[in-house]
Amino acid sequence: MHKENEIIKHDSWEVLKKHTAARIALGKTGVSIPSNQNLSFKLAHALARDAVYDLIDKKELHHNLDELQLPFLFLQSCAIDKKQYLQRPDFGRKLNQQSIDIINKEDSNISYDICINIADGLSADAVNKHAMPLIHLLIPMLREIKYSIAPICVIEQGRVAISDETGYLLNSKMSIILIGERPGLSATDSLGVYLTYNPKVGNNDALRNCISNIRPEGLTYEIAAQKTIALINEAMRLKMTGVCLKDNNNFITN
Amino acid sequence: MAKATPFRSGDALAGLCAESYQERIAAQICLADVPLTNFLNEVVIPYESDEVTRLIIDGHDHIAFSEISSFTVGMFRDWLLSDMVDTTKIQQLQFAFTPEMVAAVSKIMRNQDLILVSKKCEVVTKFKNTIGLKGRLSTRLQPNHPTDDLKGIAISIIDGLFYGSGDAVIGINPATDNPEKVYSILSMLDDLILAFDIPTQSCVLTHVTTTIDLINKNAPVDLIFQSIGGTEKTNTSFGVSLRLLQEAYEAGLSLNRGTIGNNVMYFETGQGSSLSANAHEGVDQQTCEARAYAVARIFKPHLVNSVVGFIGPEYLYDGKQITRAALEDHFCGKLLGLPMGMDICYTNHAETDQDDMDNLLVLMGTAGCNYIMGVPGADDIMLNYQSTSFHDALFVRELLGLNPAPEFESWLYKQGLTDDQGKLISSKSNHPLLKYINA
Repeated sequence: MHKENEIIKHDSWEVLKKHTAARIALGKTGVSIPSNQNLSFKLAHALARDAVYDLIDKKELHHNLDELQLPFLFLQSCAIDKKQYLQRPDFGRKLNQQSIDIINKEDSNISYDICINIADGLSADAVNKHAMPLIHLLIPMLREIKYSIAPICVIEQGRVAISDETGYLLNSKMSIILIGERPGLSATDSLGVYLTYNPKVGNNDALRNCISNIRPEGLTYEIAAQKTIALINEAMRLKMTGVCLKDNNNFITN
Repeated sequence: MAKATPFRSGDALAGLCAESYQERIAAQICLADVPLTNFLNEVVIPYESDEVTRLIIDGHDHIAFSEISSFTVGMFRDWLLSDMVDTTKIQQLQFAFTPEMVAAVSKIMRNQDLILVSKKCEVVTKFKNTIGLKGRLSTRLQPNHPTDDLKGIAISIIDGLFYGSGDAVIGINPATDNPEKVYSILSMLDDLILAFDIPTQSCVLTHVTTTIDLINKNAPVDLIFQSIGGTEKTNTSFGVSLRLLQEAYEAGLSLNRGTIGNNVMYFETGQGSSLSANAHEGVDQQTCEARAYAVARIFKPHLVNSVVGFIGPEYLYDGKQITRAALEDHFCGKLLGLPMGMDICYTNHAETDQDDMDNLLVLMGTAGCNYIMGVPGADDIMLNYQSTSFHDALFVRELLGLNPAPEFESWLYKQGLTDDQGKLISSKSNHPLLKYINA
């Protein structure tokens, strides 16, 4: 009978694992990684894959947005499914005709300060877990400053730039989008927030600001909400978002 | 050219790909009849508006080209595969080949052709060690950390050294471009390399302008990194030009830090970068990629790698497309005279997994790839993607009988990390490297 520790060569520096999240000191059998490490890696990848293909929990969002007395619209991009969404970012940046029709039913004489969008992006998991807690913090802050808020746009298979179209169609000075970031092996549920002043189709990413890695273990809801409000206030003052805004305002730090 | 390209999502996204299988092969059949001289007379992006085109045309070696000037693309393929062509022949003609010629011929080649011709190439570079010799496979140790924590970075480096990785470069993608932070990482790397007399070079992969500034502040810079593309507009989107690259190259040379050679540049490229910057000028992504190699080669780099699976599924959707692109990139780079390595990698939204990467790793090993990445457990915790691990490097070295760079191989033995057969020895907890990290 062979014992496990005869087959696997453990590393003498395992104690260093506590200083880093990197997959160090995995040990080896021959030159290969031990079974348990191999399977834990595969599990992390499986979770990340599932996160990409997860769907927005519309029922839960519906319930939560009602609670906050926020009107909302359920919209979709031109991507017909996740497979197409992944290969055609251009489709994910455009609303489908049905969604445009839904927005056009809104009163076009009303304009707003802020258009808030929620989109699955590359992790509906992130949106399902973290979008509402963040919205719950943001809305009272926005209402206190008396920003008018457009109907919340919940968008399936959307990319960041789709917030240009919604913000434009809803006559909003700024459009912000809460979107699931690309899942990693260590976190599959990072939420990102992108802010664009003067949203219109064709804006490029240099015209936006971004807050990344929002989740309890990363950037907390409280700090993310403060940063978002600080960026909105600054953008409203300067009438712009993008690289310039970030460079001149180092106050937005942790 | 675009329509003859094996299918990939990025060309579909750009609206350039063939509409049917038949159209694609018909385009390949047409392409096979195109004379090589056409690529000199009909450029894909105008000479007047693109400095990369000017570089390609002005730098063409007409004299060496005379040997193949009567070829069509099809004849070029047959000739490359024939016994008439060996390592020396390819080296002699490297400036007779243009990116468009090698991209074109790759489009009518099967994977096995790409591997066999790549295998004939040998591109050797030197700085503090020798990379690219036949029978060798090096690794870039990539100890990235999400907050650039120096201890976290150092731990991953030690882990990699114990596993025999790090001979191509110890290269860190910083989480921030902050110059002070980059300086502190460079100093830490330099101290470690000096303390243990490691025959390797360091690099912090930040923008060239940051590196030039740091050189002026006497930072210990070994290799100078920059991402580059194959059109002038792509390079503009990266904030570089040929002139700026030349400035960076001269700054690197002026330091004279190479002990056995002066290949000071490190470039990364990847199919899809031009399209993602909307700078592809109607050219398919693989031809854009090959043109980036024309930029790279004038600066005699120590290392060049494609980040093949990193740019995303909208450019290379699945394992099949990533594999094909990696073989093409390696082939084109090597023919053009570059020390090609490969970041065998994928993101979590690509339709692929470790098995596909294992397959590609074996293929790259057989093709004679100069180096691969070495990331702890294949999981880059800063860039959030999966590359090859230290174990993967050991696997392919063992499988194919490959060894690290000779100087580094001797160092591993002297440090008691390998035995006289080059096999890894389990390191004791009192090894000086561990004492160093705990100090």
